[in-house]
Amino acid sequence: MSEKRIKIVENILNANDQIALKNRQRINEAGVYSINLMASPGAGKTSFILATIKSLLNENIQIGVIEGDTAPVTIDSDKISAAGMPAVQVNTGGQCHLDSVMIENALDQLPLDDLDLLVVENVGNLICPAAFKLGTHSNVLIASVPEGDDKPYKYPNIYRGLDVLIINKVDLLPYLDFDMDYFRKGVEMLNPGLQTFAVSCKTNQGIEDWLTWLRLRISKK
Amino acid sequence: MHELSVTESVLEIACKHAHNSKAKKVTDIHLVIGRLSSIIDDSVQFYWDTISKDTICEQAKLHFRREPAVLVCLECQTEYNLEDELMPCPNCGSAKIRVLSGDEFFLESIGIER
Repeated sequence: MSEKRIKIVENILNANDQIALKNRQRINEAGVYSINLMASPGAGKTSFILATIKSLLNENIQIGVIEGDTAPVTIDSDKISAAGMPAVQVNTGGQCHLDSVMIENALDQLPLDDLDLLVVENVGNLICPAAFKLGTHSNVLIASVPEGDDKPYKYPNIYRGLDVLIINKVDLLPYLDFDMDYFRKGVEMLNPGLQTFAVSCKTNQGIEDWLTWLRLRISKK
Repeated sequence: MHELSVTESVLEIACKHAHNSKAKKVTDIHLVIGRLSSIIDDSVQFYWDTISKDTICEQAKLHFRREPAVLVCLECQTEYNLEDELMPCPNCGSAKIRVLSGDEFFLESIGIER
């Protein structure tokens, strides 16, 4: 019997990343633009998707939604379906994030060729979703002001990988001790020049600026 | 808490390389985990003991090498470690920083018996 040490150096999430690449290819071939929407629970992910859908419905832009939840509840997907768009509910069985295999399966259940935009609503969590690539084009985080202004300092990893930051519920700013300069300084440290939209899904403030950004990406696909 | 899926990936990669190397048994697993990869050693160990049963990796010892998250100040080039919360440069206070390392998350090597 001989003992030996074998050098490997293989990324532990390699299998997930490979399937994410395949998902990306599939989404590209269908000519769809896709976003991975992340946030903590209650930041307003579903309201934000509904606000986006409501505005784009009249523009002949077809949107599909993949809803990730840790339990088999269809509250979110029912709301999306009621708004007139195809939605697939993915129950992660308690797992804290969506992974690329779940997206691969969900894509089978969507009329991908008929879509212009695919929105993946990740599980409400600021840690785990940052580690798992899904194959979507851009990572979007919703930070709502009631969560506090220290989140970039406490959850640096999710801010580093972002393409767009949505600051939601800004209509509540007069009632909160949210220091916007402190918050933005933390974001700037982690992700200089990050595209940011301050919005309120309640009053529709700022939504049009976000839609302008989004329309441009969709039209390029 | 995504240690279960992560531990399953570790097992899969280790078994694949063990079979390729015609190993009889895997004795050690060497993992490298950066500070920014939020993975808890004890939790990985807990799942490992369960899922490695009846595989070539059963009873293999897990070794964790922790790598710090190193930041560099873009103004004064001071390098410093990210401890708990994100901090501006401790030397000049600048917020213009870049993350140099801390994302590591890989299986470095395995110890086997043939």
